[in-house]
Amino acid sequence: MKEVKCECGHVNPHGTVLCEACGKVLDEQSQDKSLLDMRYEGSARRSQTYNKSIVDKIWNFFSSVKVGVWLIVITLVASAAGTILPQEMYIPPTMPAEEYYEDQYGWFGKLYYELGFNNLYSSWWYLVFIAMIGISLVICSLDRVVPLYKALKAQRVTRHEGFLKRQRVFGISKNVDENDILVVKQRLQAKRYHVREENGDLLAEKGRFSRWGPYVNHVGLIIFLIGGMLRFVPGMYIDKVLWLREGETKVVPETDGQYYVANEKFILENYDKEKENKAFEAAIDRAGMVVKNYQTNAVLYKRVGPAIPGEQPELEKVKEHQIRVNQPLKFEKFALYQVDYKLDELNTMSFSLTNKETGKTFGDVKISLYDPKPKYDLGNGYGVEVLSFFPDFEFAENGEPTTKSRIPNNPAFVFRMTSPEVPDGETSFVAIQQTIEPLGDNQYKMAFKGIETKNVTALTVRKDLTIWIIVLGGILFMIGVMQGAYWNHRRIWLQHKNGEIWISAHTNKNWYGLKREIESALSETKINIPDDQVQKETMDKESV
Amino acid sequence: MKKRRLIMRTTILIILAAAVVYTLYANLTKDNRMKVEVGKQAPDFALVDMNGEKHKLSDYKGQGVFLNFWGTWCKPCEAEMPYINNQFNHYKDQGVQVLAVNVSESELAVNQFAERKKLDFPIVIDTDGQVQTAYGINPLPATFLIDKDGKVVKYHTGTLTERTVREFMEKIKP
Repeated sequence: MKEVKCECGHVNPHGTVLCEACGKVLDEQSQDKSLLDMRYEGSARRSQTYNKSIVDKIWNFFSSVKVGVWLIVITLVASAAGTILPQEMYIPPTMPAEEYYEDQYGWFGKLYYELGFNNLYSSWWYLVFIAMIGISLVICSLDRVVPLYKALKAQRVTRHEGFLKRQRVFGISKNVDENDILVVKQRLQAKRYHVREENGDLLAEKGRFSRWGPYVNHVGLIIFLIGGMLRFVPGMYIDKVLWLREGETKVVPETDGQYYVANEKFILENYDKEKENKAFEAAIDRAGMVVKNYQTNAVLYKRVGPAIPGEQPELEKVKEHQIRVNQPLKFEKFALYQVDYKLDELNTMSFSLTNKETGKTFGDVKISLYDPKPKYDLGNGYGVEVLSFFPDFEFAENGEPTTKSRIPNNPAFVFRMTSPEVPDGETSFVAIQQTIEPLGDNQYKMAFKGIETKNVTALTVRKDLTIWIIVLGGILFMIGVMQGAYWNHRRIWLQHKNGEIWISAHTNKNWYGLKREIESALSETKINIPDDQVQKETMDKESV
Repeated sequence: MKKRRLIMRTTILIILAAAVVYTLYANLTKDNRMKVEVGKQAPDFALVDMNGEKHKLSDYKGQGVFLNFWGTWCKPCEAEMPYINNQFNHYKDQGVQVLAVNVSESELAVNQFAERKKLDFPIVIDTDGQVQTAYGINPLPATFLIDKDGKVVKYHTGTLTERTVREFMEKIKP
């Protein structure tokens, strides 16, 4: 590889614009510019100058900021597109997604579904874009921070004339007292400049630290992305929903059958204007029902000894907890959050065996909808048999009664009622608000008496070992932003050239602050305040 | 210098590519990642059948086990039951056991179903869903073929024909 040896003796990598040591302009094109482009200190971004193997080509593609910006723009547009219609995980589970989108949103919904936008954020191409942004971040940063670090480290105090006079802030003074230079040096030191001296030339520098801000920020972003990536590693991130009826005990998913949780009671409280502060009375009136509290009284159990699934486990109580919104039940790395509920799910139904003519009853039957008994004996020759039970009753296409699911949403029974008058029994089909006597008129009926209901709670089972990595990434991100935003890298060169004193200055931002510092450092000395060549240029143009 | 740079760049690119490929792979397979994999040991379980007899999977070592998960409301489950019953009667003396795990329904519903369909093989009820969780069951019907060493040979979801049931039993015959 070609290396460029500057006249000052420093050897620069190929593609360097400004000599790392003395700042002499090495690049032909920059020769005739009146001001220098100081980005990355004119160091050789090697990717831009070196392009040989396929590895270099891939590297160079990702090293381009232009490519990075386009990747971000495309990802932004795609992310926005994903918010036009709800994602599949948020649509109600009443209808398959395939039909839902067309049904709700017409041809646009259909197109949306067919393009796969219903699961946009987990689609492979979206992840590929995110990944490419990550790669671009790593390579762009590496490709810039290394040469920048080297250039800033290699810089000498004495700079080339061409470098000095092409700085934005530049001025020449004649007949300067050596003593003035000493005064300026001390004043700059008082302003916390780090001043280096070489052959009577000065380089005052402060806030170089600020230059690393963007890279610290990028490291934070990359850690953040790694945290996101770790969520896909089994065991790092769990997000499941557990439905629990009151009185039910179930194994907590993803705990290898180690933990069980019981729902003792689910409570839904509304704001009551009688009990709250008077000030809220009008608001409660206007809004109607406002929920004050969702609460599950839960008990956590741990399994004792080994058990295989299906066997009655031996449980040991660990703790009781009232799970409320944002007050989860925590154990080990897990947390159980209140997330959903269903009130008044049917639990039992009661009937009375009744003589249709006299209205006389011969005993009550209370049937558990989760565990109905085949036979209920009422004594004295009376009894009820459950011939069929349909927890979620509907008529099938062929007219047969059938059940849609095992949840007792709409229970129906076929009873055989036996009595001393009809010892062989009478058959009756009983559903909610409906009785059919398929084998002719009966003497007896099962008169509906009442129901008992239970509330069901839904808990989110959450385990997240990646959160601290994501938090760390976020903190580094902010440190990087602050580092780059609240500090400025300022340099002032004060040098002897041709028997004159040349003064140049550079900062990566806040030129006004830099100029003020120079003014106060040079005040009452024979050194002239340097000009801002950018400002001068625009003023010249305006006056013409 | 040149060589070192090539090695550096290649290593960094390989590390980045590996991370990306892994993430994509993990993400795209997370939905169909089975709890119970073919070729692996089937998780042991113990459930009590309708006659009060306990069935423990590991007690059937040396026999093939045709493990079927079903529900009474599930039409395809209902359709395949007679086939399973026929083949059970044919293969039970050849060392193939059928275990039909009902998914948390009431005893009444299961008994009536078994009577109506005249099922001879043992039926167990997974009342609190532990076995379903262990096997990651969804959707129904689901059938696992377990060989004489307790390894899962095949997983199938969806209705079976009489012929496939026979083929399945043939497969796990010790």
